[in-house]
Amino acid sequence: MKFLLAASEVPEVSFTSDVGGGFNIILEYVWVIPLIMALSFAVILFFGKSLGSIKIGDSETPASSTIGIAAVGTCFLLSLWAGAAWIDHRDNFPEADATSVLEHGGDGEHSDDAEHSDEAEHSDEEGAPAYFDGDGAPLVDASVGGAGAAALVEAGEDGHSEVHASVAILKGFTWFQSGGHEFTVGILVDGPTILMLFVVTLISLLVHIYSTDYVHGDRRYTHFFAFLSLFTASMLFLIMSRSTVQFITAWELVGVCSFALIGHWWEEKPNSDAALKAFLTNRVGDMGLLIGMIILYFAAGRTFDIMTINEMAVAGEIPRNTLLIAALCLTAAVMSKSGQFILHTWLPDAMAGPTPVSALIHAATMVVAGVYMIARLYPVFFEGFAISGSSINALALIGAITVVFGGMLAFVQDDIKKVLAYSTVSQLGYMVMALGVGAWTAALFHLFTHAFFKAGLFLGAGSVAHSVHSFDMKKDMGGMRKFMPTTFKTFVICSISLAGVFPFAGFWSKDEILVGTGGWGLFGGSGGSNGAYTLMLVMGLVGAMLTGAYMTRVIYLTFFGEFRGHGHPHESGKRITIPLVILSVFAVGAGLLNLPPGFITGEEAGWQERFGHFIEPQSAAFPPIGHATPSYTLAIVASILGLLGPAIAVFYYFNRVEARSKVEGRSLTELPDGLTSRVPIAKAGHTLLAEKYYLDHLYTDVIAGGTKGPVADMADWSNKHLIDNVIDTAGRTAVTAGQFVYTKIDQPLVDGAVDGAGKASSAFGDELRKSQTGKVQQYAAYLFAAAAVLAGVLIIVI
Amino acid sequence: MTEVYLNQFLILAAVLFSIGVYGVLARRNGVMVLMSIELILNSVNINLVAFSAFRGTLGGEVFALFVIAVAAAEVGVGLALVLLLYRNSKTIDFSEVDAMKG
Amino acid sequence: MPDWILPAITFVPLAAVAVMMLMPADAESFHKLTALGTSLFVAAVGVYMALEFDFDRSGELQGVVDERWIDIIGSRFIVGVDGISLPLILLTMLVVPLCIIYSWEHFPEPHNPKAFLILIMILETGMIGTFVAQDLILFFVFFEVVLLPMFFMIAVWGGPDRKYASLKFFLYTLFGSALMLVAFLSLFFLAEDSAGEALRSFDLRALTAWGGAGLARGTGLLIFGGMLLGFGIKVPMFPFHTWLPDAHTQAPTVGSVILAAVLLKLGTYGFVRIAIPILPEAAVEWAPWIGLLAVIGIIYGALGCLAQTDMKRLIAFSSVAHMGFVMLGIATLTDFGINAAVFGMVAHGLITGMLFFIAGSVKERYHTLEIKRLGGLLVQAPRMGWMLGFCVMASLGLPGLAGFWGEFPAILAAYQPANGISEVTFRVYMVIAALGTVLAAGYLLWLLQRTAFGTPSEEFADDPHVHDANNFEYVAWAPLLALIVVLGVYPNLLFETTDDAVQNSLHPCLSAESVEDLPEGVTCSSVFELDDDLAGG
Repeated sequence: MKFLLAASEVPEVSFTSDVGGGFNIILEYVWVIPLIMALSFAVILFFGKSLGSIKIGDSETPASSTIGIAAVGTCFLLSLWAGAAWIDHRDNFPEADATSVLEHGGDGEHSDDAEHSDEAEHSDEEGAPAYFDGDGAPLVDASVGGAGAAALVEAGEDGHSEVHASVAILKGFTWFQSGGHEFTVGILVDGPTILMLFVVTLISLLVHIYSTDYVHGDRRYTHFFAFLSLFTASMLFLIMSRSTVQFITAWELVGVCSFALIGHWWEEKPNSDAALKAFLTNRVGDMGLLIGMIILYFAAGRTFDIMTINEMAVAGEIPRNTLLIAALCLTAAVMSKSGQFILHTWLPDAMAGPTPVSALIHAATMVVAGVYMIARLYPVFFEGFAISGSSINALALIGAITVVFGGMLAFVQDDIKKVLAYSTVSQLGYMVMALGVGAWTAALFHLFTHAFFKAGLFLGAGSVAHSVHSFDMKKDMGGMRKFMPTTFKTFVICSISLAGVFPFAGFWSKDEILVGTGGWGLFGGSGGSNGAYTLMLVMGLVGAMLTGAYMTRVIYLTFFGEFRGHGHPHESGKRITIPLVILSVFAVGAGLLNLPPGFITGEEAGWQERFGHFIEPQSAAFPPIGHATPSYTLAIVASILGLLGPAIAVFYYFNRVEARSKVEGRSLTELPDGLTSRVPIAKAGHTLLAEKYYLDHLYTDVIAGGTKGPVADMADWSNKHLIDNVIDTAGRTAVTAGQFVYTKIDQPLVDGAVDGAGKASSAFGDELRKSQTGKVQQYAAYLFAAAAVLAGVLIIVI
Repeated sequence: MTEVYLNQFLILAAVLFSIGVYGVLARRNGVMVLMSIELILNSVNINLVAFSAFRGTLGGEVFALFVIAVAAAEVGVGLALVLLLYRNSKTIDFSEVDAMKG
Repeated sequence: MPDWILPAITFVPLAAVAVMMLMPADAESFHKLTALGTSLFVAAVGVYMALEFDFDRSGELQGVVDERWIDIIGSRFIVGVDGISLPLILLTMLVVPLCIIYSWEHFPEPHNPKAFLILIMILETGMIGTFVAQDLILFFVFFEVVLLPMFFMIAVWGGPDRKYASLKFFLYTLFGSALMLVAFLSLFFLAEDSAGEALRSFDLRALTAWGGAGLARGTGLLIFGGMLLGFGIKVPMFPFHTWLPDAHTQAPTVGSVILAAVLLKLGTYGFVRIAIPILPEAAVEWAPWIGLLAVIGIIYGALGCLAQTDMKRLIAFSSVAHMGFVMLGIATLTDFGINAAVFGMVAHGLITGMLFFIAGSVKERYHTLEIKRLGGLLVQAPRMGWMLGFCVMASLGLPGLAGFWGEFPAILAAYQPANGISEVTFRVYMVIAALGTVLAAGYLLWLLQRTAFGTPSEEFADDPHVHDANNFEYVAWAPLLALIVVLGVYPNLLFETTDDAVQNSLHPCLSAESVEDLPEGVTCSSVFELDDDLAGG
């Protein structure tokens, strides 16, 4: 067919950086990974039910989940391969210049020389081929530091003065072109991609395994796994997007999967309401995404290519005002997708979905898509918001507010998943704030560690809920540590990691963010940072205090005290506990991947900053960000403050409430209010203590309760009544406006005019028809009269 | 012998025509209306023949013959209509027939 | 491409009509088989046409037939197909047999398959004829031929309020047609050839070549205004849209599907094929107003949807919003915007056609389309529910499905409209249109939630009439669903076909970056604001 022939001529393949074949070949074929998941989705959706169950060992497993696990397991292995290949590629960076890339060739069909030279010419025409630069001196930031610079220098020592500006692997073809606009798709593999590849496939794999038990016997088991597969495919597609239009596509697809999975139990209206809310809130942000990407498309000279946009932004070829507007629009998208204040309200509601979904989508992967987007298009934000040398900007401020606001809200929730949801909001705030202050690596590092401990917490909460059939901590939990020891241990480990206690993973990433704010000039710790973001540092420290405190509350209410629910809870099965253990191992150890420079000396110093070395891009498409020097003082102060919050909470719950529980002979969840409490006379001997407690209670009220009580309540209230109200009102107003327009304008006026024209002619006709009497002679009279008149006219005229 | 003028015929025709019109408009009996129509047609015939005679051509007379033939047919159809009208509504009074009233 | 193809696909349905008229009405299966056979034959010829079509020359008219027709008014029988009309013709050929299959077992009351199918066949002739006609009078004739069968279809097989709806549809369109005809006649009298002689022709090719050169500004604006009304009513553009919800709500399912899938495209096609190529200068001056009406349509249609309580009416109002995106793309007068518009036409045809099919099937099972009384479709008819969900997602513009490529490129094109059109104005339109996507998600998901989610209401919980999709429905729907995915994943299929033709239809002054870029012998009037650049720089 001629048409298809014509179409097949369009795709062209391009390489930017040769991976040299062999082991590293996976880097050019990472697109296979989402493809496997997409196939898995199709197979499960269309054949999942008819395949029935597969017998493995002595247990029957439904085919759908087995297919899903097999697919995601394969993907995980491929991701590990890709990760290893990337490490190899990054460290043995081909010293070749553009010419030798041509000589190296690739693996046959996609990479013959002609196509390479085509691409080379093409990029020459574009005039901004810095990431593929053979001649000019590429823009390599001198401050990259560490091994990264060393690798580049080594590359230069071989007599080649040319140094590759990028190690990213780019590959793609034209999806379609129309009217001079070219829509390209392809893969862009670099550090962040590899990072996300690992996180997404690992957590997806664990969630798949966990779900086989958790949703066992569910009414829509097959659909559940089908959508898990689709989600994983879309998310993987998103992280390796080469062009913005591809990014938008994947961004919307993960949104739909999220919609479908939140509304998994759509028979109950609250669930479908939550799904709708999530989708609609995200749509509001997507408006910004569409407009922002369109602005960038035109600003960068009609290209969707992320690398090109980035390079032009770094090189200052796009006016700063344009970048600012684009960045603001994109920030709206980040606010909705990554749950930033004020568009975060959908995220807690999204907990209506099954818990594994919350862990995968609403904690570890999809919600960080916004953060990932900033990281991907970082030059746009970096230049647009003028992050360097500033002390405040919209991105950092939004992140900082979210940190504190989310943390406070987490206090007043009784639903364990909602606490975790607000905690996620708060932690996402850290990431956005980090990007806002220029601490790019810290943001991605926190994304990495957060994925593990937060997924672990969600899955742990799910394990408890699976056992007690409720998420309500106050009514149905308490004392669970006796029944569920493994869940308890992993939950506590993940909580400590979340609270950022040395030397758990959360400590390292959070500390790096705080260092990155550069607001610690007082102790001389701000060297190398992008600006003096003191406010962000303060907010970050407050957030750290809150985090530990609310997690203490959760642990107390869930695992301590007496069991307040019904039935006989028991530890969950292996398919639930093993993922928990794996995640908690990561929650402890993941932080060691990016030890701050100067932490170790001697031979092992090479183990420092490995994460930053492999993840942070080295190219002209990455802005010259500063790397703040770590400070022991800051780490110690932050640790003290970070422990202060939980300490107060521990004192309150494990000391006061526990003591009162013993006194009252039942498990309490909070102390009764001081004013309303009536101390029994038998305990008169404790009056002094009680008085002290009374003061102490007030004191607690001021510090812990003050934030937990009125302020958080107010925040919660404003959340529920103001922001939600605004959204509700907006929705209702839209409907009212719709009704008004329809009933008052459309029907009477617009439609009325039309009907009016008809009615007028009809009325006229009614009048006219009266003259039609049906009497022959009357007609004859008209006839003769008319003839007479005509005759008269004739006579007069002639 | 007195001179014969064209006007005399024309006046006769005009009178006949007027009587015919009066009959068509004022008589209620269907048959009378038909007869009045005949008067009108014949007044036209007189005109045609008179003009023809005075101008010395034959066209008017030929035309008059056509009119007479058509008038015969017309009366035939007209009477049939009146007859049908009588059968259906037991009247030949035109003022009572208004089935076509809009 | 052989000459016989275009007349064949146009008139074979009419021949079938002649045969069917001779057979008695009780030979139902004869009529069904004849109609289906004919439409499948036409579709087969259509596929052959697509194979014969030279995609490398998609910008030119192919399979042209140019014969004497009505000498006395200088109108000729000219048909031809290029990249713009090809997708629309294929869409028509696809939808017609699907409609016949869908109604195979259940013709709407008062039954009478003979008459119903004859009307569909006449419709097919009219629709295909409109897309292939290259002569204004021929175009006008086919444009009007479409009107009558649809009028009867609504008036005879429609809902309770069918008389009002059908009359409104008829009169509205006729009103527009009248002005359109006047515009065509003025073109006939005013057009000149390159030597300055009066052209006296309705030949579209000649008129496009003329391109309104030397026409007084006011005259051009008036003529364009006439066509704007004629085509705009058919689209329908705000504020000429009120016939649409009534017609859709009252029409039988198949009528709604054809109306949404093809009939609305006649209007937008008219803009792309006739109005803009012939009068580019007037188009530039009208563009901000068309764009304004388009974005008002987007928001207004969405608000209208939010107020509806009837499923079919809601889908009908959503057409107003979606065609707003198409009109916005057209109003940019850029190559890309119009490509997006053509894509939007096809995508809307597939998606909204599909939504109307589902609404019809819901009505048949529940005997109501009142959203309040529905619910739990996913429980009672899970596959239908999933298909509804799929179409809703496609309709709200999910990337990867066809709807997105109608919306996003239109919004993108609005960022940079053609020469002579205010960028600021269109960027404002762009933001408003983007807001429209949010509202679209709102009403469509609301519809999905109320009808598909939840549990069935008590009155229908044990209703034996409620069952999942049957085989006829699967056969009728599968091609549409498949195409929604295929076009969404590989939009090049369509964009590549239309691109050259769209480019040829646009005046070079619209897109030239400077005077130097213009082909030789072309000069641009001040409307395009190209001279200013020269003077300034």
